[in-house]
Amino acid sequence: MYETNYHRAGSVADAAALLAKADDGKLLSGGQTLLPTMKQRLAAPSDLVDVTKIAELKGICEDGNAISIGAATTHAEVAASDLVKQKIPGLAKLAGGIGDPAVRHMGTIGGSIANNDPAADYPSALVALNATVTTNKRTLSAEDFFTGMFETALDDDEIVTSVSFPAAAKSAYAKYPNPASRYAMAGVFVAQQADGSVRVAVTGAGQDGVFRVPEMESALASNFAPDAVAGISVSADNLLSDIHGSSAYRANLVTVMAKRAVEAAS
Amino acid sequence: MGVDGIGARAVRKEDKRFITGKGRYTDDMTAQGMGYAAFVRSPHAHAKVVSIDSSAAEDMPGVDAVLTGEQLVGDGIGNLICGWMIHSKDGSPMNMGAWRAMEPEIVRFVGQAVAVVIADTAAQARDAADAVVVEYEELDAIVDAVAAMEDGAPQLHPEAPNNLIYDWEIGDEAAVNAAFEGAAHVTKMEITNNRLAPNPMEPRAALAIYDTAEEHFTLYTTSQNPHVARLVLSAFYAVAPEHKLRVIAPDVGGGFGSKIYIYPEEMVCLWASKRTERPVKWVSDRTEAFLTDAHGRDHNSVAEMALDADNKITGLRVKTVANLGAYMSLFSSSVPTYLYATLLSGQYNIPAIHANVKAVYTNTVPVDAYRGAGRPEATYLLERMMETAAREVGLSPAELRRKNFITEFPHQTPVIMCYDAGDYSATLDAAMAAIDYDGFAARKAEAASRGKLRGIGLSCYIEACGIAPSAAVGSLGAGVGLWESAEVRVNPVGTIEVLTGSHSHGQGHETTFAQLISERFGLDTDAVSIVHGDTDKVQFGMGTYGSRSGAVGMSAIVKALDKVEAKAKKIAAHLMEAAEGDITIEGGELKVAGTDKKLTFTEVALAAYTAHNLPDGMEPGLKEGAFYDPTNFTFPAGTYICEVEVDPETGTTDIISFVASDDFGKIINPMIVEGQVHGGLTQGIGQAMLENAAYDDTGQLLTASYMDYCMPRADDLPAEYRLSTHETLCPGNPLGMKGCGEAGAIGSPPAVINAITDAIGSNDLSMPATPEKVWQLCQTTTKAAAE
Repeated sequence: MYETNYHRAGSVADAAALLAKADDGKLLSGGQTLLPTMKQRLAAPSDLVDVTKIAELKGICEDGNAISIGAATTHAEVAASDLVKQKIPGLAKLAGGIGDPAVRHMGTIGGSIANNDPAADYPSALVALNATVTTNKRTLSAEDFFTGMFETALDDDEIVTSVSFPAAAKSAYAKYPNPASRYAMAGVFVAQQADGSVRVAVTGAGQDGVFRVPEMESALASNFAPDAVAGISVSADNLLSDIHGSSAYRANLVTVMAKRAVEAAS
Repeated sequence: MGVDGIGARAVRKEDKRFITGKGRYTDDMTAQGMGYAAFVRSPHAHAKVVSIDSSAAEDMPGVDAVLTGEQLVGDGIGNLICGWMIHSKDGSPMNMGAWRAMEPEIVRFVGQAVAVVIADTAAQARDAADAVVVEYEELDAIVDAVAAMEDGAPQLHPEAPNNLIYDWEIGDEAAVNAAFEGAAHVTKMEITNNRLAPNPMEPRAALAIYDTAEEHFTLYTTSQNPHVARLVLSAFYAVAPEHKLRVIAPDVGGGFGSKIYIYPEEMVCLWASKRTERPVKWVSDRTEAFLTDAHGRDHNSVAEMALDADNKITGLRVKTVANLGAYMSLFSSSVPTYLYATLLSGQYNIPAIHANVKAVYTNTVPVDAYRGAGRPEATYLLERMMETAAREVGLSPAELRRKNFITEFPHQTPVIMCYDAGDYSATLDAAMAAIDYDGFAARKAEAASRGKLRGIGLSCYIEACGIAPSAAVGSLGAGVGLWESAEVRVNPVGTIEVLTGSHSHGQGHETTFAQLISERFGLDTDAVSIVHGDTDKVQFGMGTYGSRSGAVGMSAIVKALDKVEAKAKKIAAHLMEAAEGDITIEGGELKVAGTDKKLTFTEVALAAYTAHNLPDGMEPGLKEGAFYDPTNFTFPAGTYICEVEVDPETGTTDIISFVASDDFGKIINPMIVEGQVHGGLTQGIGQAMLENAAYDDTGQLLTASYMDYCMPRADDLPAEYRLSTHETLCPGNPLGMKGCGEAGAIGSPPAVINAITDAIGSNDLSMPATPEKVWQLCQTTTKAAAE
């Protein structure tokens, strides 16, 4: 690791100011990707601004028919939240399956989505649940937020403050983990709204990160059952391919995980 | 701890310090004024080193020196050696290219060191190493061993045309050809044994301390065999004469073979310590470990088995290409030859065997012994063949094996080995009973009702441990003897120190060796200390690898104990005015049989040291040493059976049951043996399903971190391993021990693959059986079934 300066921000405004002052500053929001990357000397930020101790970024609360989760809330907190378990069980299950216990007690939802690892779990939930991301500058929809592999709509000086998830009638997440890293090789989040509309979002498999599967969504809107998606496959053309799984294998996993998610949600 | 003799499940004496964080590993050692080494490593698999510019690095904060291969060679430091000479079938010696600890001219694998920085802190050294500018001229690389032998392939070493190190054979080719001419059935397979990275928990490390006044070196290092390290560093690398070099291998966190070898880094630390006149420490990070620790396995074979009309095996023909990487590591040459092809007879009576092995250079990290070393490759090949042959001829896999078992001992195989004792039916029966083999069909049907494919696979392995005798291995090309040494020092108050040439890096020697003394004298194991791993304390010894420390190391202790016991009895007889033959030892006391006369062991020990009243002519003291050279290898054997369920939708394999029935001969501590088997099985399952050291075509290691190199984790494994042992004593050593350290890793991979291929109804599966490979085969078999 290269030497860096650590700052603990006391408020979002403080974090923004510290970030603005730094030569090449980075927000530290759990550090479960950033710190290993720095240890490998693949990143060398001059300053780290830790946002995980900012009170206004912590916590989970009900906001009308939605659940608002502060950006610095850990995966373990989301997984253990009675509110989340009750309103959006698929989201609690997703959070409880991220990494391992150590990762879940350090990693945060804001850190995860701002990094937008194509194999991370959360992006699928945000897109499938039509979540809204709030930053210190604006609010934007999940689909506008994620713009590509490790890419988001965030400006360099922009800080995610919370994510708001509308409650779903049904939700579930099924993930096939990479045997080595345990990141998603294909993770499918299925959410049905009260009006019967369905969203299906896939993480882990796409070259450009999270994506929706409209054909599955319309099939499930008319028949919310595992069989409705069992025969629907996504094209392997834009899927990831590596030593752990070809794009064709990932395409198969998308169908199987979609089926299992629907089964779990039913 | 108590009196824990042979067979006691004594808890491990060493675990208190390990589980309370009080172990002392190489990286825990410090020395006044210590500097840190960081290596400049090649990013290319094959390239000419055009120039090295260290001027910027030298000016960086804390930097003491930047040293290169040119300086190392200039100082007369020798090339790395290979300690086992193999001759090709035409009689020519193996073709060995030069391996320098830092390469001044041509780098041949990614991660090879070209320079080293010594600085005040590890971070300064790393920063400066990154600032050393090396200009390379890239050359074409070759990573596939079969392709490396083809005309026009990139050439690694001028000494080895077509990258061929040797073209070796064993067995009677004409007899095998005759067997195939008369065969009723021939089974033929192409079999790959995947390449593995060893991954001990503690990475390699070295701390070299040069004393300028005494011109003496001390080296703390992560070694399985510190005396061999000293010998090689001294006699071949010319670092220092033996008496001016002390090698200490303190607590070592696992080795699995990878810490047998003397690597470039410890040589460079010693040399740099003298050049810079300060202690120099280097600790490998995990990426360096993946890039530079010797890998294991990596065979491509074609095997053919001939059976007669009665399904008796009449011949076995094997052609193997072994990838040895870019250089010949210390024992690399012996692994695919005498540790591999000599085990191809397995547990079976095979009248004719012929094996041809071509060892090949490629632009990959050197390959050497890794837990099992050659024997896993032989077992995998033979046991895949047996299962496949059984399927082809329509016999149950157990029946075909049973039909061909060796039942009379000693048994001379056609490939050197003479098996001394065993009962292969007993372990097969025990394993089949343990897994309820007869109930498998019902379990398979039940699984099918849930959409799962259930399969069962056998593996009847044999291996050879305690490689020896020295004269025999010498005649086969070994550069060292393979005996072991021990010294038993009884202190004046009756406590005991045992100095052993074996080295414990996870095996629990401090417990099991103490149990030998506890058994012999009835003393508490807490009255015994095991001293190992320091060339200044312990007489020359050969170290620990090849499951040798029980059969060979403990035999040396037994020999020394025999001498101590004899002398103690003489003293006791003299003091109690009894006949020597009437003295018995029991519960820490020496007694005169049939009387109430007795002396405690302490009293006898004290008498030996006060020397006030010893038999005429007896020297004072109670301390004896012994060297033990076995008369033969030992032959642990057993049966492993694996039962799996495959999810055809994803290709996921779950191991439902795994049973192991082993014959390890005499067992000293069953708990420690079970731990060895658990670890071995886990590594074998890792090889079968998860682990693969993969290079791309340009020689970049694709699996250089745990993000991509898949180590087995608890949830990859069955809920329990069900183990049993069946004991036939090894006649070749005083305790009747055979060795248990590697069996699990040797026997398990074919059981797993046989089970998966049974489940999916396709035999075309290579290790590791990743979900994608299994899914692909499920697609094929489902399609075929539909047509």
